[in-house]
Amino acid sequence: MSNRILIVAEHDGTHLNASTAKCVTCAMGIPDAEITVAVCAADANAVASQAAALTGVARVLALEHPANAHLLAAAVAAQIAALAGPFNHVLGPSTTFGKDVMPRIAALLDAAQISDIMAVESATRFRRPIYAGNAIVTVEVEAGAKVLGTVRTASFQAAPTGGSAPVEKPAVSAEIPAHTRFVSVSAASSDRPDLQTAARVVSGGRALGSAEAFQKTLYGLADKLHAAVGASRAAVDAGYAPNELQVGQTGKIIAPELYLAIGISGAIQHLTGIKDARTIVAINKDSEAPIFEVADFGLVGDLFQIIPELERLLA
Amino acid sequence: MASGMKRILVGIKRVVDYNVRIRVKPDASGVITDGVKMSVNPFDEIALEEALRIKERGAAEEVIVATIGPADCQQQLRTCLAMGADRALHVQADGIVEPLVAARALLKLTEREQPFLVILGKQAIDDDNSQTGQMLAALWQRPQATFASKVQLDGATPEGQPRLARVTREVDAGLETLEVELPAVITTDLRLNEPRYVKLPDIMKAKKKPLETLTLAALGVEQRQRLKLVRFDPPAQRQKGIKVKDAAELVAALKSKGLL
Repeated sequence: MSNRILIVAEHDGTHLNASTAKCVTCAMGIPDAEITVAVCAADANAVASQAAALTGVARVLALEHPANAHLLAAAVAAQIAALAGPFNHVLGPSTTFGKDVMPRIAALLDAAQISDIMAVESATRFRRPIYAGNAIVTVEVEAGAKVLGTVRTASFQAAPTGGSAPVEKPAVSAEIPAHTRFVSVSAASSDRPDLQTAARVVSGGRALGSAEAFQKTLYGLADKLHAAVGASRAAVDAGYAPNELQVGQTGKIIAPELYLAIGISGAIQHLTGIKDARTIVAINKDSEAPIFEVADFGLVGDLFQIIPELERLLA
Repeated sequence: MASGMKRILVGIKRVVDYNVRIRVKPDASGVITDGVKMSVNPFDEIALEEALRIKERGAAEEVIVATIGPADCQQQLRTCLAMGADRALHVQADGIVEPLVAARALLKLTEREQPFLVILGKQAIDDDNSQTGQMLAALWQRPQATFASKVQLDGATPEGQPRLARVTREVDAGLETLEVELPAVITTDLRLNEPRYVKLPDIMKAKKKPLETLTLAALGVEQRQRLKLVRFDPPAQRQKGIKVKDAAELVAALKSKGLL
């Protein structure tokens, strides 16, 4: 018997977020997976066709409603819960979108949620990090129970395109609450690569000393490397960088090919956000900084001298 | 319990302190918590701080702090009373309390206390689930505004309660602002505020504040454990790498690995 899996797509109305393709890969790890992707949108055509192109997806359900112009947890949860009956597993990404909406769906379905799935051991058994990644717990759901889960995107590669699943537009009778209204979202800036999916990330910490220095020192190097820019919590708290750049336990969990930690001491909460990076480079003037314990290449010295020199060498 | 009073309910959790280095037990049955310092979950302290500030601005009259857990949790409730909460509710429960059970218990408390706002941390730093607030909002059939970095209350009902909350949320794209009708559930992110320090006289005063003990059974909530915790393992360790002496050596090393 196949395991019917429903994945809640994340998107911005036009583009399917890469986190959804990673959920597909996670779902493929479940034996006999039959994967359906649900796209809640005002006009779902563009996003649904991107979801349909992911290898491994058997079917796309487009849920079109004016209330889906901005994806609000209360509205999305009502629609997904109405749809979820026949599915064994309901998965979404462990991004701020998925973290917001998935527990709401779980409660509506009276199901437990497994957060931050990092490995699939069977249809009912999964591994996830706890205590900021200082322990990994293996959890098992009751046989026959619905499994709700968020997928730790850094643990899975994106499913490739090349598929052509059918797109259906089912009629869903869900009462969509009107008690929550979207007001605004800060304009996502930059032509720079996206932090969550970038192959290279240049990340700065408190040692940068000011917002001006953060910008001046890191952005030029990031441009040379075609890298995304990240930041430690300390740098964000100090106002050197905006919150969406924060990497770590309570920020973004990333897995780039190359991670440059510049002036970052390496608190455990930060390390949990980068431990799946292929190669970590640390530049710090404190040779005892914990970041050097995990760095593949460590360079002890003054970042304000080293970074300009790196830029010259890369020119 | 009578409504009418403008109340905020704050959910807190007793967790292993932020600064403790966690270790897995050699027999893989859990993590070592014996003799380890326990604290209020840091995100929940932020939740309480926000509630206290709302009260201090006059938009609320009472701040109630609640937790679900073993008898030891009363220490953390006392800490919250010392911070400024008016009274505490302790729902006694030994063993594992899953987020859905906590949410059901909190739902019962909202029915009892009729708060116009429930504030919780966005996640507990022990199990890192980030579920309870959203689950409560679903069961309560009320709005949720998670990962809040700014909360503004607006409007007034005929009873003089705030009617709306405008909440700025830290999301992957940046900052998102939602408007939610009250009552609602808000979960707090790090930068919402900086919690106050507890002063000694406040600790003394807190001993006289009311702390009521309840049970899950009395609330009609079944302490069901749906997830079996099979085993605990330490994370895979990264190999410690090498030190390079300067920028040129670093670039050469990265090139030799095919990274540049």
